[in-house]
Amino acid sequence: MKALRWVVGTIGELLITLGVLLLLFVAWQLWWTDVTANSEQAVTIQALERGFTHDAYQPDPSATQGPAATPDPLATLKNVPFGEAFAIVRIPRFGADYARPVLQGTDHETLGKGVGHYVGTAMPGDVGNFATAGHRTTYGKPYADIDKLRPGDFIVIETKTNYIVYAVQRHVIVTPDHVDVIAPVPQHPGATPTEAWMTMTACHPKFSAQQRYVVFSKLMRIFTRAGGLPASFMAVPAGAVG
Amino acid sequence: MYAPLWRLLPGRWPVRAFLSLILAAGVVVLCFLWVFPTIAPLMPFNDNTIQSGSPAPGPATTVP
Repeated sequence: MKALRWVVGTIGELLITLGVLLLLFVAWQLWWTDVTANSEQAVTIQALERGFTHDAYQPDPSATQGPAATPDPLATLKNVPFGEAFAIVRIPRFGADYARPVLQGTDHETLGKGVGHYVGTAMPGDVGNFATAGHRTTYGKPYADIDKLRPGDFIVIETKTNYIVYAVQRHVIVTPDHVDVIAPVPQHPGATPTEAWMTMTACHPKFSAQQRYVVFSKLMRIFTRAGGLPASFMAVPAGAVG
Repeated sequence: MYAPLWRLLPGRWPVRAFLSLILAAGVVVLCFLWVFPTIAPLMPFNDNTIQSGSPAPGPATTVP
């Protein structure tokens, strides 16, 4: 009888412990990952901004001979190492202060540090599709409000050399196997791109991984860092449907 | 399970209660900083990219 009581008691304590640990995991996932990722991503933004302004892009003086004197500033973004932050995304619709780092790659670790760029897709401003992924919930949730984007909204990508402004066109909700949304011409795999697109993918619905909420934007303007970004592009456009 | 642990702790009951709290806090810290980050990538709800289920050419398939 005593042995039975001991066995039942131990099983009960184990189950309670397991329940507490599961609750702890939920708290960690929903709350703690946001706390750590938000502070970590803010540090990354600061470092990027420092790097962008300190050694701002200067055309190589030795290359000023011949017709190749005007190098493509966007070409500086080639061959970004996996996991490295190379741009800042600003979305006025998500708030005037909204700024998140864009990193090369879309694995679990990279997406915890900011918005991930699908390796092999176009870089910001290039013809093709600059495809990105971001968390909708947890890990700082950079794309938490992706469903609030409206056609005409500006997406500003800040790189070492340029401000690249995309304008939201449309959205789709697809199952996670729809790789055609990150094709060079979104949803037209195999087609030859002639325009510069940007794709944002995030989980849908919130707190689920059943589907993906996908927003397509088209390149609107490219500004040089030296020229600066007109303030009108850091506001929600008046024409955009609220 | 917890009774032997309680008996193992030294001192009177307030000391034991205090030590138990410290032990529990240690378990929480261990979970938050090491255990949970390790198991999180294995959770199905932490997958939020676009990728094809079967091996096919294209950039997305390089994403784990």
